[in-house]
Amino acid sequence: MRCHVVTGKGGTGKTTVAAALALSLAADGGHVLLVETEGRQGIAQLFDTPPLPYEERRVAVARGGGEVKALAIDVEAAFLEYLDMFYNLKRAGRALRKMGAIDFATAIAPGLRDVLLTGKIKEAVTRRENGRPVYDAVVVDAPPTGRITRFLNVTNEVSGLARSGPIRAQSDGVMAVFRSPQTAVHVVTLLEDMPVQETADAIAELTAARLPVGSVIVNMATEPLLPASSIARTAEGRLTGADLQPALTAAQLAGIDGLADGLVAEAVEHARRWISQDALRGDVEALGRPLVELPLSSSPIDLGCLFELADRLDGHLRTEVAA
Amino acid sequence: MTAAQPPRRPTPAPPLDLAALVSDRETRIIVCCGSGGVGKTTTSAALALAAAEAGREVVVLTIDPARRLAQSLGLVELDNEPRLVETPGAPGELHAMMLDMKRTFDDVVAAHSTPERAQVIFDNPFYQALSSSFAGTQEYMAMEKLGQLRASDRWDLVIVDTPPSRSALDFLDAPNRMSRFLDGTMIRLLTAPARAGGRAGVRFVGAGFLLFSRIISKILGGQLLNDISAFVSALDTMFGGFRERANATYELLRQPGTSFVVVAAPEPDALREASYFVDRLSTEGMPLAGLVLNRTHPPATTALSATRAEGAAEAVAEAGGPGSKLAAGALRVHAERMTVATREQRLADRFTSAHPEVPVRTVPAAAGDVHDLDGLRVMGEALLAEEGDTGTGTPRSRVLPIRPQAG
Repeated sequence: MRCHVVTGKGGTGKTTVAAALALSLAADGGHVLLVETEGRQGIAQLFDTPPLPYEERRVAVARGGGEVKALAIDVEAAFLEYLDMFYNLKRAGRALRKMGAIDFATAIAPGLRDVLLTGKIKEAVTRRENGRPVYDAVVVDAPPTGRITRFLNVTNEVSGLARSGPIRAQSDGVMAVFRSPQTAVHVVTLLEDMPVQETADAIAELTAARLPVGSVIVNMATEPLLPASSIARTAEGRLTGADLQPALTAAQLAGIDGLADGLVAEAVEHARRWISQDALRGDVEALGRPLVELPLSSSPIDLGCLFELADRLDGHLRTEVAA
Repeated sequence: MTAAQPPRRPTPAPPLDLAALVSDRETRIIVCCGSGGVGKTTTSAALALAAAEAGREVVVLTIDPARRLAQSLGLVELDNEPRLVETPGAPGELHAMMLDMKRTFDDVVAAHSTPERAQVIFDNPFYQALSSSFAGTQEYMAMEKLGQLRASDRWDLVIVDTPPSRSALDFLDAPNRMSRFLDGTMIRLLTAPARAGGRAGVRFVGAGFLLFSRIISKILGGQLLNDISAFVSALDTMFGGFRERANATYELLRQPGTSFVVVAAPEPDALREASYFVDRLSTEGMPLAGLVLNRTHPPATTALSATRAEGAAEAVAEAGGPGSKLAAGALRVHAERMTVATREQRLADRFTSAHPEVPVRTVPAAAGDVHDLDGLRVMGEALLAEEGDTGTGTPRSRVLPIRPQAG
């Protein structure tokens, strides 16, 4: 499998997951391209590098000589590249850019924008040098779940506007890659109602569009801090300050004003949140996709964190391949 | 030797008085904006409910709300027309609607042309693409709908939940972009040959443009230019209208009576986006009410720091005895809460350092999703209640209390 598309509801951390997945695929000497499609420069922020130009740049080195390159696709630049590649129109393209014509063309045909983005992804996935693929894997930080099917299903999107001609042929070629077994669309979710709902919706839409759904990645999963035997009782509100008092007295904390009640209130909230998360875990399992959980990081995400997450994904990918 | 300067601390932002804002009869429009996934829709609905309970006739325009929120408002079929939400006991009225951008576009076309011409436009493939997926159509149509709602005078308060754009700024730019597009040189040029009757038009538009139109034909297929041309001539009389209405709505947003509420979550990305928005509003001279910092995690007590709570948890667990595991767990829960709250407070302080004039109201995360009127009421209380009126002594504009100045 060479093309990993990562989507998820806004706020679920899909950029972080995409970056960690790229690192894990680069372990043991892999060459991986991490692609940004939304012009947010989120990858540059994660890897703490200056904003990425429209150019494949190395952002991280993985163990065993592996490397992750990153590319932020610029739609205008991709259009110029496209004109140059297919029509030998590089200079004309620049003139068009000045006229604002490219902006216009991608605006009148919204599908055209996606064709350019996905066309570039397809090019990277299928690029070969000396008979070998240049990249072992391409990871796409894709648009959110609400737009993902439309983004990948380009032929359908341009069909009203371009019924024939090169754009149509181009988008058919893109679809062939996305629908092939070398592609998997992974959905990132949190154990919260709306992300889980959107994950289910996205999987249904992708399936209907005959696009290959990969794993569901539960991000920011937490462990319960209370003993398992006390969670239900606590969530029901049957924990009182008096239950904690002896232990607080022993720790010489009994004198702090309002402490026991505060701790109880927080414990109850924690237990309730845990129970509702666990119920959602069942809903996620019911989606029937391979599942992996990534832990919530208590500190801001840095490269070290990304490597930790990558290790988790590495284990998951191995079991996936073995299965 | 000069005296040591006391360390500079972020000054607390002025309180955000949303209770006064929603009950003030002079407030006619509230626009909630912010990046995706921060709870804009819920905030809009909670403010709308609070306004109805303050006796206002309010309509909330939401963009693609969570299904369960729509359902809980009693609106299984939330659609492009405002519908009354049952709010027992409220002196005012709450209406809710969900923007359907294609329907709104169709309605505008139908309202400004004859039925025959409208049909020609509806059948045009270019129109179909434009009305359903043009980047910016949703933002533009949200503005169009806002203009209609405000003009009808049926409601004395309109609350708008802005579309989940890639950037929160798209909402402000949309009217301009759309009218620039429909009224723009490029579209005129593209259709100029048809309008001017062939050759005369060609002479007018010049060589650069011919190249462009050749490329467009080549790439997208020749029929696209024909479709655009047919569309433009069918819609010709409406162009001015689009621009005028978009400008009028834009101007409306700058009038007294409009307030923007920026919504963010205590995450770096969301606050960065909020920061851009605040700067942009001030550049455009648009009235900002303040920032709602949603989904914060204030601890129930701040008497024990994270470090001390961790230490105590260890001590309690080591000492053992009945209830020690539970107590140690509770202390760890507290340590985590303090860590999270400290980080959230630091992010909020950074925002305030950059925008000291912007009032902030923090809103604690609900234990689950808000999906009924009761949940909205709870959120409304957190949004509207008085600054100092909390059980924990932490003012509502903060996640943690202000520490006393050292020395």
